[in-house]
Amino acid sequence: MATNTGQQEAHWHATRNLMIVHLVIWFVFAYVVHWFAPQLNKMSLLNFPVGFYMAAQGSLIVFVVQLFVFAKQQDAIDRKFGMAEED
Amino acid sequence: MPIFKKGTTFIENLPKIYTLYTGGFLLFFAMLAWFEKLGMGADTIGILFVSFTIVIYALIGYLSRTMEVQAYYVAGRQVPAVFNGMATAADWMSGASFVAMAGGIYLGGHAYLAFVVGWTGGYVLVATLMAPYLRKFGCYTVPDFIGTRYGGNLTRFFAVVVLVVASFTYVTAQINATGTIAARTLGVPFEVGVWVGLVGILLCAMLGGMRAVTWTQVAQYIVLIIAYLVPVFWMSMKQGFGPFPHVEYGNAVARIMELEPILQVGVLKPTGEIAAQFPGLKALTVLHATPGEGPIAAWRFVTLVACMMIGTASLPHILMRYFTTPSVRAARTSVAWSLFFIFLLYFTAPALATFTKLQLLDPNLATSIIGKSIAEVTNLTWIQKWSAVGMVAIKDFNGDGILQINEFFIRGDIVVLATPEIAGLPYVISGLVAAGGLAAAMSTADGLLLAISNALSHDLYYKIIDPKAETRKRLIVARVLLVGIGALASIVASFKLTGILGAVAWAFCFAMSGLFFPLVLGVWWRRANRAGAIAGMVIGLGAGWWYLYMVKWGGMKPWWGMDDLRFGMVGATASLIAMVVVSLMTKAPDKETQAMIDEVRIPKGKTILEASH
Repeated sequence: MATNTGQQEAHWHATRNLMIVHLVIWFVFAYVVHWFAPQLNKMSLLNFPVGFYMAAQGSLIVFVVQLFVFAKQQDAIDRKFGMAEED
Repeated sequence: MPIFKKGTTFIENLPKIYTLYTGGFLLFFAMLAWFEKLGMGADTIGILFVSFTIVIYALIGYLSRTMEVQAYYVAGRQVPAVFNGMATAADWMSGASFVAMAGGIYLGGHAYLAFVVGWTGGYVLVATLMAPYLRKFGCYTVPDFIGTRYGGNLTRFFAVVVLVVASFTYVTAQINATGTIAARTLGVPFEVGVWVGLVGILLCAMLGGMRAVTWTQVAQYIVLIIAYLVPVFWMSMKQGFGPFPHVEYGNAVARIMELEPILQVGVLKPTGEIAAQFPGLKALTVLHATPGEGPIAAWRFVTLVACMMIGTASLPHILMRYFTTPSVRAARTSVAWSLFFIFLLYFTAPALATFTKLQLLDPNLATSIIGKSIAEVTNLTWIQKWSAVGMVAIKDFNGDGILQINEFFIRGDIVVLATPEIAGLPYVISGLVAAGGLAAAMSTADGLLLAISNALSHDLYYKIIDPKAETRKRLIVARVLLVGIGALASIVASFKLTGILGAVAWAFCFAMSGLFFPLVLGVWWRRANRAGAIAGMVIGLGAGWWYLYMVKWGGMKPWWGMDDLRFGMVGATASLIAMVVVSLMTKAPDKETQAMIDEVRIPKGKTILEASH
């Protein structure tokens, strides 16, 4: 297992970094954006006030896209370090 | 049906089977629409819709019957990612999402969108922190993970306690919703409706456990999403906003914001005395798209979002859906698909609320009621029908004979159900919406009852009480528990202790108080140990419970505006602190456990627990 452990550690390191990146994006669209809803509402997008739009659609779209991208990226990490399941 | 017998053929045929099913359902819908033209009564259409769909679900449940442990607990671990996504979406979207959410936005405006954001964003936590690792673990239930990762029967037992508290709170709300809809469409008293709903739920789950629940939930998702989307597209076309309501309703929002000052929304309010005459009903007093100003409003928004998100990632009936996928990779993709299918409904809810509000407010539309004469409005069929059951009320308290914004009262829960009638759509749409609401409530109740009875039968009975029990006996115990808990939940539901939405929010707070940190740290923090996990669960749940009690009944002033819907913030914080402090004060986990954690973190290789355990 000695040779494996280095590989495993690198894999976990990459996995953790990916998790942090996605949680930062998540944090911005889950909380930060909505904290400033009154200010954002002064702008408009497709005739929506932006603060309202972000809560009704914008953040949701980000989350969906983000999860498909995350699944792909994590899979790439697993393959790169030889930790993926057999197909 | 030979395709149901051979596992592989059935899985390969899934797209075909559900396409046929969807086609059949649309055909049934078209047929009833035609019967309505020929003069079939509204009641008959409602009864046909509800009974036809329940029979289909029960049939699927019967065809999926099984006597194998692996099939009963995790559907044989062969559910493809996309279908598991649909099943999770149905499992997830409850009576509250389907029936109450748009109504909440209608009355509560922007503040209420916290539920929409919270109930979707939670899946980012599920995908990044939990689902793939729990799948790799190979557990049957959530306490199975806690019990094995930290070791010890006591740990397992506390996990079962948190699971039961959270899920039971949730399931009574779902059975309440099932009973309400069944009662209304079948024309029976609520107490009878509750039991009719329960029989339907048990027919789906009892014979086939997780396998049966999976395939009925997919079927229920298809019904509920069609039922939710059709009225919105229809109204959008009717009001001239075009065929893409989600892009176009910005204009409707703008129009509402234009009308609000004219109709004095938020300025005219019913006096407390008058509002007290209509318990449960509300007049529209909140602006639609304008968020509250100041840090308190923002804080209340983000704390509600946080509770709903962290709660999502801790609810066992959701997490256990990802135990059914064929691989770790499929578990991850499946979370993405789940969120996509959930998103379809959640980004429609604000559109539905907006269109319905415009129907009532805009004097240019034939359906509007605000500003019309009281006599004219009280003559409308839908007003008469819903006021007869006390869900809508009109009170001309300034005596000018004109209906003002603060003289029209509605119960939030009925906005979705009444929308087709408000918009003057044919009755067949109302029947469709009732069937959709029923599907939403039933599918969630199924998943919850199964989560509770599986935890009791697998973790409490098999793992703690009688580890030598044979398969047959285990599965019989599981079914007896399922029926028993269902009956108990129905009895509690028939007392109507809380509203649908309140109970749902509490369930999230219970789950996040007791389970979130033991689950996350079990994967992400090697140092987390048994004593820490027990402290996290007990102190988390205890603190949450205490805060809920003090704020709701004990007369304590909420801390920073965190009311009883947000008590999970207190519980989860206490849980985190207790777990970290106690873990650091006691010994680190042994070598064996450390190796197990390493193993959980990589997708390849065998599951930690044996395939059948």
